[in-house]
Amino acid sequence: MKIIRTLALAFSLAGGTAYAQTPPPITAPPQVAEEDPVIDVVGGISAPMPIAIPVMPTSAVASTAAGSTDVLGRQLADIITNDLRNSGLFTPLSQDRLIPVAYSEVTAPAYDNWGATGAQALVQGYVRANANGSLTVGCYLYDIASRAELIREGFVVAPADWRRAAHKCADAIYTRLTGEGPYFDSQLVYVAEQGPKNRRRKQIAIMDQDGASHRFLTNGQSIVLTPRLSPKQNQIVFMSYENKRPSIRIYDIGQRTTRPLVDNASLTFAPRFSPDGRYVLFSMSVAGNTDLYRVPAAGGAPQRLTNAPGIDTGGSYSPDGSKIVFESDRGGTQQLYVMDADGGNQRRISFGGGRYATPVWSPRGDLIAFTRFGGGAFRIGVMSPSGGGEKLLTNSWGDEGPTWSPNGRVLMFFRSAQGSGRPDLWSVDLTGVNARKISTPLDGSDPSWGPIRP
Amino acid sequence: MAKVMTSVVLGLALVATAGCTKKRIADVPPGPITDNSGGGGIDNSSGEEQSSALNEQFKREVSSNTIHFSFDQYDIDPEARAILDSQARWLLAHPGVRITIEGHCDERGTREYNLALGDRRANAAKNYLAARGIPASQINTISYGKERPVALGSDDSSWAQNRRAVTIVIS
Repeated sequence: MKIIRTLALAFSLAGGTAYAQTPPPITAPPQVAEEDPVIDVVGGISAPMPIAIPVMPTSAVASTAAGSTDVLGRQLADIITNDLRNSGLFTPLSQDRLIPVAYSEVTAPAYDNWGATGAQALVQGYVRANANGSLTVGCYLYDIASRAELIREGFVVAPADWRRAAHKCADAIYTRLTGEGPYFDSQLVYVAEQGPKNRRRKQIAIMDQDGASHRFLTNGQSIVLTPRLSPKQNQIVFMSYENKRPSIRIYDIGQRTTRPLVDNASLTFAPRFSPDGRYVLFSMSVAGNTDLYRVPAAGGAPQRLTNAPGIDTGGSYSPDGSKIVFESDRGGTQQLYVMDADGGNQRRISFGGGRYATPVWSPRGDLIAFTRFGGGAFRIGVMSPSGGGEKLLTNSWGDEGPTWSPNGRVLMFFRSAQGSGRPDLWSVDLTGVNARKISTPLDGSDPSWGPIRP
Repeated sequence: MAKVMTSVVLGLALVATAGCTKKRIADVPPGPITDNSGGGGIDNSSGEEQSSALNEQFKREVSSNTIHFSFDQYDIDPEARAILDSQARWLLAHPGVRITIEGHCDERGTREYNLALGDRRANAAKNYLAARGIPASQINTISYGKERPVALGSDDSSWAQNRRAVTIVIS
């Protein structure tokens, strides 16, 4: 699952002497024009940038384990197109407005032709099957007006990882044009649901950020809730009702094995990994009182972090691991509190009307997302870690359980319509626009977004 | 077996384009649920749906096996007290019987909070029965949060029915 990022694409291209149409290597550093197209994402989305993403040509049509290279060139362009469109920050031109690109044109765009399409930026690339079975995907970004090359990257991937090359390319483009961190090459775990409202059958599933590579990880025989990916993305911590003992378990993705996290008879739930993956923060109920604990992810004795009468749950670490945000009803109703990672300095940060729950700290550290319940509706919002700047991002009947994209720019959550009992996964931009339903094979809830993949 | 193999091959064909090569049966998407008999999963159903003969007798002979709660509350009100008194009398007349008390919530709470709230409700009922002389060691509690409603609507009446603690006689 390793992607080799080739910055010196010229070398790998020049090495391909078998291919007569090798694009000429350009050794000069990319010129960055002053009038670079840059999308202002700080103040919200003004107008999505028109961008052209033509089919990526191949150096030579070859059959690979991922399919024929000419078909792959079309699929790669489609994935990049979807990623950028779904961000809400780009308007990819439809394929019928695009001009086919010859392999020799990849590093020498026909700017005269592209200028008339209305696109501001142009993505070109190529696919090549390597002798050792791997694939090289070239990824170039051009500013059409200034005729400047903005990105030149290449990705060498195993055939099984070909989609990731497209996501890496889309991430490079997105990052270059928005200044935001990458998020397309990432995975989600969530609960896939089906069946009547009083007997939902729930399974943990994992998929790429765009819904591809979907896999079910549990068989649905036990209720499973709140799966969360480990920072290294090799484990999932979740809650299961297996053997009617509702408690936290850890699933190893590679080994396909599950083990209990805490070995006792108490109700344990609401697990989340620490940013370094060494600990799991969780809630434990003893005789009706719920507090926050942490335990080594490898197993060991739980350490108690809160000791207040009431329900303390929904803990989430700050990205540097020094603080924890959680919800507590110690003041009468569910509100958000922040404390040091050892449990010290507990202080309330939410003071608006209604109840606040399910806090999650942004990977950028600057915001905390939450579910707010008031006026009969559950909505997703954000506030600063000190409690200021509260902003609600959704306005529906039942939105719950936000999770951050790896770059802290997009939130995913689950939405239920009144009376339906059938939640779906949705995402929304941090500015509250571009609310979008995520397509899943079954209904979906409890999403948890993993970090950017290495 | 032939049918299973077909599914596996189909699963492989589907995931081949998704970039994975190691697939097992567990990865094949499940079909829609066809078993509505009540015992569909090993532990996918709450105990309410897997009733023993003794539990059926208990349900006939007590005023109710279920008490209800106000929104976001877990206190035992006078109506619930009368029901639990009736349960306590039955349990004292059947010494040694083991019970599980399930705590449930309505859908107007977040998932994790409701797990804790359901636990509070089950424990409130347990503590009441224990105070009436039922040995605490014979009372197990389990919280289902909002996972297993009995009323399917999204309205006051349904929510009131779903905020409950249910006593189930195990053996």
